[in-house]
Amino acid sequence: MDLPTLWFWIVAALFVGYFVLDGFDFGVGMSLPFLGKDDTDRRVLINTIGPVWDLNETWVIVAGAALFAAFPEWYATLFSGFYLALLLILLALIARGVSFEYRHQRPEAAWKRRFDRMIVVGSAMPAFLWGVAFANIVQGVPLDEGHNYIGTLVDLLNPYALLGGLTTLLVFFTHGVVFVSLKTEGDLRVRAQRLATRAGAVTVVVAALFLVWTGLVNGTTWFWALAALAAVALIGGWLANARGREGVAFSLLAVTIAATVLALFSALFPEVMPASNDPANSLTIANASSSDYTLTVMSWTALIFLPLVLAYQGWTYWVFRKRVTRRSIEAAAH
Amino acid sequence: MNDLLDPLLLSRWQFGLTTVYHFLFVPLTIGLATTAAIFQTAWYRTGKAEYLRITRFFGQIFLINFAMGVVTGIVQEFQFGMNWSEYSRFVGDVFGAPLALEGLLAFFFEATFIGLWIFGWDKLPRGLHLATIWATAVGSVLSAYFIIAANAFMQNPVAYEMNAEKGRAELTDIWELLTNPVALAAFPHTIAAAFMVTAGLIIAASAWHLARNQHLDTMRPALKFGLWTMVGAGAATVLSGDQLSLAMVATQPMKMAAAEAMYNTACGAGASFSLFTLGTPDGSTELFSIRVPYLLSFLSTHTFDGCVEGINNLQAEYQELYGPGDYAPIIWVTYWSFRWMMGLGMAHILVALVGLWLTRKGRMPRQRWVWRVAVWSFPLSLMAMIVGWVFTEMGRQPWIVFSLLPTESAVSPNVTGLEVLISLVAFTLVYGALAVVEFRLVVRAIKKGPPEVGEPDPESGRVEPAATVY
Repeated sequence: MDLPTLWFWIVAALFVGYFVLDGFDFGVGMSLPFLGKDDTDRRVLINTIGPVWDLNETWVIVAGAALFAAFPEWYATLFSGFYLALLLILLALIARGVSFEYRHQRPEAAWKRRFDRMIVVGSAMPAFLWGVAFANIVQGVPLDEGHNYIGTLVDLLNPYALLGGLTTLLVFFTHGVVFVSLKTEGDLRVRAQRLATRAGAVTVVVAALFLVWTGLVNGTTWFWALAALAAVALIGGWLANARGREGVAFSLLAVTIAATVLALFSALFPEVMPASNDPANSLTIANASSSDYTLTVMSWTALIFLPLVLAYQGWTYWVFRKRVTRRSIEAAAH
Repeated sequence: MNDLLDPLLLSRWQFGLTTVYHFLFVPLTIGLATTAAIFQTAWYRTGKAEYLRITRFFGQIFLINFAMGVVTGIVQEFQFGMNWSEYSRFVGDVFGAPLALEGLLAFFFEATFIGLWIFGWDKLPRGLHLATIWATAVGSVLSAYFIIAANAFMQNPVAYEMNAEKGRAELTDIWELLTNPVALAAFPHTIAAAFMVTAGLIIAASAWHLARNQHLDTMRPALKFGLWTMVGAGAATVLSGDQLSLAMVATQPMKMAAAEAMYNTACGAGASFSLFTLGTPDGSTELFSIRVPYLLSFLSTHTFDGCVEGINNLQAEYQELYGPGDYAPIIWVTYWSFRWMMGLGMAHILVALVGLWLTRKGRMPRQRWVWRVAVWSFPLSLMAMIVGWVFTEMGRQPWIVFSLLPTESAVSPNVTGLEVLISLVAFTLVYGALAVVEFRLVVRAIKKGPPEVGEPDPESGRVEPAATVY
């Protein structure tokens, strides 16, 4: 495998990391109106991801930087082309991030309600728009000879992409709700499990539609294998949740997300940004990548530091492995 | 082209606005992480409850601030691609690498360990928990290094060669890129200045309480710490600033000429440093000025008879090198931002020295104006840092990468003025609203004072810190 191809898969891996991790904390954010009956419940929900949301979100910063460094053309085309969509994602991430920290700064109900709303919208918007963005990348968008996107925001909101957005929204939501049942106890845990069963049923249908649609247009053997894995893991996760096996359900849904992202990347391969108007304008791994020297430097860095990152992040999850209880929340000041 | 919808102009405003805004939070993140680490270490070693209370007091302000730094930082990274796609294509091979290293080595580190610190008070052994705040501090300083190395490439491109076929700069030596002389000088200057800003906050917060004669047991040591930090960091800022000027004269002489609004090359006594100049609005004719002879020559070359090139001479030289065009930045901006940066910086060192004198041997000044000046240390030192960056970045114009790529060629060709206007308005509104919220929360946290930490355990004599929850 040459270096640009290796980096294509490293970028894929970084997005797997991002969607597996930040995906479920988007889901927890979106679950506030469904599961948060009172303020204590809502605080329990937020505290399940309190120590980790920031490290989860950092995956998108690293994925973005890796894209910039390894595929400058891809980064430039994608980010300038999807300008308004990314603006919405940025504004949502801003609203959501500050809300976690600011919500608990004052005791008034009105203050907290405002930040709760920002967490819900700030979680749902990126969960949906990342799906829209990736579906459009796989489907192809109109590009000129300079590889500049020549469509509009409305062009990005086509039926296939909207289905992609709905898929990520639902998968992240279900994953997040399963995470809640894994990290809480008592009534909240039971309600989360029931909600995951209902949401999971819809998710299975929507995700299957999206994967089949993608496969019919871009299907390769690898794509179908990964899509099948995603589907099996999703159904398995749904069944595990219904039987109260939260850990298994959570892990299987993580597999679903990972397999889906990899399936999309394999549908894309060896292009990175196909041009829907003229194949000659497509960005490929070969014409979008950085020089071999830069990729070599980055490969060594990734080889040394990624395992280290995974180790200390894994340790963090282990430190905060205990369930968050209503008691622990009520014991702390407001 | 309608000016209001000029994507280049709007993109520049947006980048300037969002970057200045992001940088309101960066110096405090760097400085307060270290401050919290130092006081937590003091608590760890002595077991004194006051140190824990100081740690949690500044830790609280640190966290309010940190959230803003994180979310506004994502905007920074995305904007290169969104608004400056031609820039990204041109420099990605070089500029992307330090950014990726920053993410992989520093951001992950910082983001993970800060979570462990915030929520780990009751879950980690004391020593390990102390290590997490130090790790956060190290991560924040490390990330500053990488981003400054990336910025230094824009000021003084090194370690690259041009690939004519692809029309871009390509990295030739990562080590050379990371040891860019401009980065080596700008990094200590930025970090020291960040500690000055932090010291300003600590002085302001403790002065607010001491003026009201409250929380003496915690705010007196905090004030001392703030004053000494201001003096130490101030000295480091001056020394590193001197090194940075030398690097600037060597690599971007136009910036130094613009900083001085000096139109013609001058040597020795003629290369005087202007303390204050009144000129015509376009800055080309001087009406009145106060000048220190030899000083500019000394600052630029460390000799008293050195020569400093003037704007007109450099303009002629650059036209020959790079073709017709205007190669000078906006002179009044560089001239005044340079002066405000140095003036405010120096003034704070002076304020801190006077403060140390007034509070020597446990004295407490009673005059109200003393405390009022102390409270202003924070906003004014922050302003010094901001105008410093305005100088550095505006002084680089009209280049986005000095001598290689003009700013006007770097903007995204396919992003319309309307789109940029929408994002500029959106960022302005959201950032404006959050600034109000953040400012009020910080003031509220300061006024509330250091939190109680509970009674010490009768057996060990130590305080068990309470858990933090959102």
